[in-house]
Amino acid sequence: MGFDQRKDLLGIRDLGRDEIEQILDTAIPMKDILKRNIKKVPVLRGKGVITVFYENSTRTRTSFELAGKYLSADTSNLAVSTSSVQKGETLRDTIKTIEVMGPDILVMRHGMSGAPHYVARNTSMRVINAGDGTNEHPTQALLDMFSIREHKGTLEGLTVTIVGDILHSRVARSNIYGLTKFGCEVRVVGPSTLMPPEIEKLGVKSFCRLEPALAGADVVNVLRLQKERQQAGLFPSLDEYSNLFMIRPEHLRLLADDGIILHPGPMNRGVEISSEIADGPRTLVNEQVTNGVAVRMAVLFLMMGGSRSEIAG
Amino acid sequence: MRLLVKGGRIVDPANGIDETMDLLVVDSAVAEIGRSLPEDGAELLDATGKIVCPGFIDIHTHLREPGFEYKEDIASGSRAAAAGGFTTICAMPNTSPVVDNAAVAIFVREKARQAGVVDVLPIGSVTKKQAGEELSEMGELAEAGCVAFSDDGSPVTRSDVMRHALEYARMFGLPILSHCEDLNLSRDGQMHEGYRSTVFGLRGIPAAAEEAMVARDVIMAQLTSGRVHVCHASTAGALDIIRKAKLQGLKVTCEATPHHLVLTDEAVESYDADTKVNPPLRSEEHVEALRRAVADGLVDCIATDHAPHNLESKDCEYAAASFGISGLETAVAVVMDKLVNTGLLSIGRMVELFTAGPARVIGLSASRGTLTPGVRANITILDPNTVRTVDPAKFYSKGKNSPFKGMELRGWPWAAIVAGTVVCRDGVVAQGLR
Ligand SMILES: [Zn+2]
Ligand SMILES: [Zn+2]
Repeated sequence: MGFDQRKDLLGIRDLGRDEIEQILDTAIPMKDILKRNIKKVPVLRGKGVITVFYENSTRTRTSFELAGKYLSADTSNLAVSTSSVQKGETLRDTIKTIEVMGPDILVMRHGMSGAPHYVARNTSMRVINAGDGTNEHPTQALLDMFSIREHKGTLEGLTVTIVGDILHSRVARSNIYGLTKFGCEVRVVGPSTLMPPEIEKLGVKSFCRLEPALAGADVVNVLRLQKERQQAGLFPSLDEYSNLFMIRPEHLRLLADDGIILHPGPMNRGVEISSEIADGPRTLVNEQVTNGVAVRMAVLFLMMGGSRSEIAG
Repeated sequence: MRLLVKGGRIVDPANGIDETMDLLVVDSAVAEIGRSLPEDGAELLDATGKIVCPGFIDIHTHLREPGFEYKEDIASGSRAAAAGGFTTICAMPNTSPVVDNAAVAIFVREKARQAGVVDVLPIGSVTKKQAGEELSEMGELAEAGCVAFSDDGSPVTRSDVMRHALEYARMFGLPILSHCEDLNLSRDGQMHEGYRSTVFGLRGIPAAAEEAMVARDVIMAQLTSGRVHVCHASTAGALDIIRKAKLQGLKVTCEATPHHLVLTDEAVESYDADTKVNPPLRSEEHVEALRRAVADGLVDCIATDHAPHNLESKDCEYAAASFGISGLETAVAVVMDKLVNTGLLSIGRMVELFTAGPARVIGLSASRGTLTPGVRANITILDPNTVRTVDPAKFYSKGKNSPFKGMELRGWPWAAIVAGTVVCRDGVVAQGLR
């Protein structure tokens, strides 16, 4: 089944490798559109894309909105976090309200795992999960995979190390599901209190020390640390965290020769990533942002049933 | 008034009976069991091909009244009980107000009497307002007809309060039904902690949250010689602790729910909040251990933990949903189909788990859970051959929150008789009979 046959994009876990490849392949010409002077193609003209973010993330929301605009879709944003929730409106009611406004695609960020699955069951709109609780963040994983493939030429058989709070990270989960489908050796490393139970059953290797986890890695994906986890008693202090798990210049020599560093942003400099690394030549943070737009264009385009010939040239 | 239940297979584990016979009810009591009993003008109930048992007892039902009648009221819960094959249910006290004084206990009994369907025995709270601090007036509650004490919904967090509750309840010979949960370990948890909570990205509730509290309660039972009943035991470790306690001769009993016996945490995959329950649905190894414990006699009874909710509490994001399953109407059929029909439990053991077992836990084995002539004629009749699909829209309960919806099950309760009156026949609950 091609990805263009699906109604919704809820996660990477249930996507086939061929579906992921279809999205990544489609993102290549999309990225070319981003390099043009006039960044606009008419393929989604007359289609409506609405973003509904129950958690603030201006970056991800803007990325989706631009992706839609570059494809000539009409995009708009419903500011739910400030209005409906405070008025006590249920998610179901909000969705029904949006539905009657007629958009084709709903892009949703929600703080509770499974919320987009619930919505998808209750609407005829196509639903894109833009991050749900600690479950999945599929377009982030797709843009990470796109960035890795662009640099390495392939995803096949790479060693990818994900560093940080694996327990609460939807980015980590989506990356694990995606990368393992391509035969990558995925390693996860972080404080043992931030490691989910039975994580190795997902086909990854888990570490609690940075050095062995980084040895020979082709890619290091550094997660953003939520500082509140310390208040929750999951690690003793930010200082100790950065002593043990911050990626610093001396770590670069442990990696494979052309090892690269990813970060989903925004970065906590001096906590999970040192400034030297953040600004270094092997760190792809800015490219990831560009690729994010391209990948989201690909997803929107395929979900509306677009075919490749429409965007060629 | 005479009622002759003819030609059924009578299964009464308390008296070691399992054979096809007739059963005669005179007025509200069981009069006689025997072969080819004469009709003598009795009303006839043809039970050919059916299984005639003592009335089923659920010692763990949330009826929601007073205070939350929009979720369930005593009348709707009583009808659900009858439809599900139960003739006696014990109402948990976490209502508003809490059943922490005689007036509320008497209110529950009076409402149940007016509903006139099944017997409702109130459970009093362990602590005032279930706040976990001061003991309720247990003597007054016992006098008002409470058959046990429980703060279910919450654990009795303080060990000193649990200690004194057990010591004090001993004076009335009543058990404490304990909801075993270490709230610090389970905080914000949505499902069983393990592989699947990792995959689904939901906050986990570790088995240890239950086990740590079961261990504490067993130690308290030892300290006080009190009677502790572990509600909804769901983990292998909890069962191990209970097994050891029983071997030591402590007065510790436990119950299992149909959903913990039949479903695993895999059911959470859909993020359908009807699978959200506390304790959570566990992984296979725990479910296996619970099934073994039910089959080998460790588990004393099956209880529904019937927890009806209104649609709004369940039709939402998983994390926002309430915990609980509307269980009265499916419990017996689920156990019949998934445990008896699969050969894990004999009919006799199953009937024991729903009759003599629960009666023993609440100290009423002389008068309930048996068909001994002279006892109140509470009778449940099962039809092992009825095949039906679970359709919550047809529930008598106001709670439509069932993880079993759409499941086809073979073996359903067919009739329920309470004090000699047929309150449910062919799955249909009679109105205004008593
Ligand atoms: Zn409970
Ligand atoms: Zn309960």
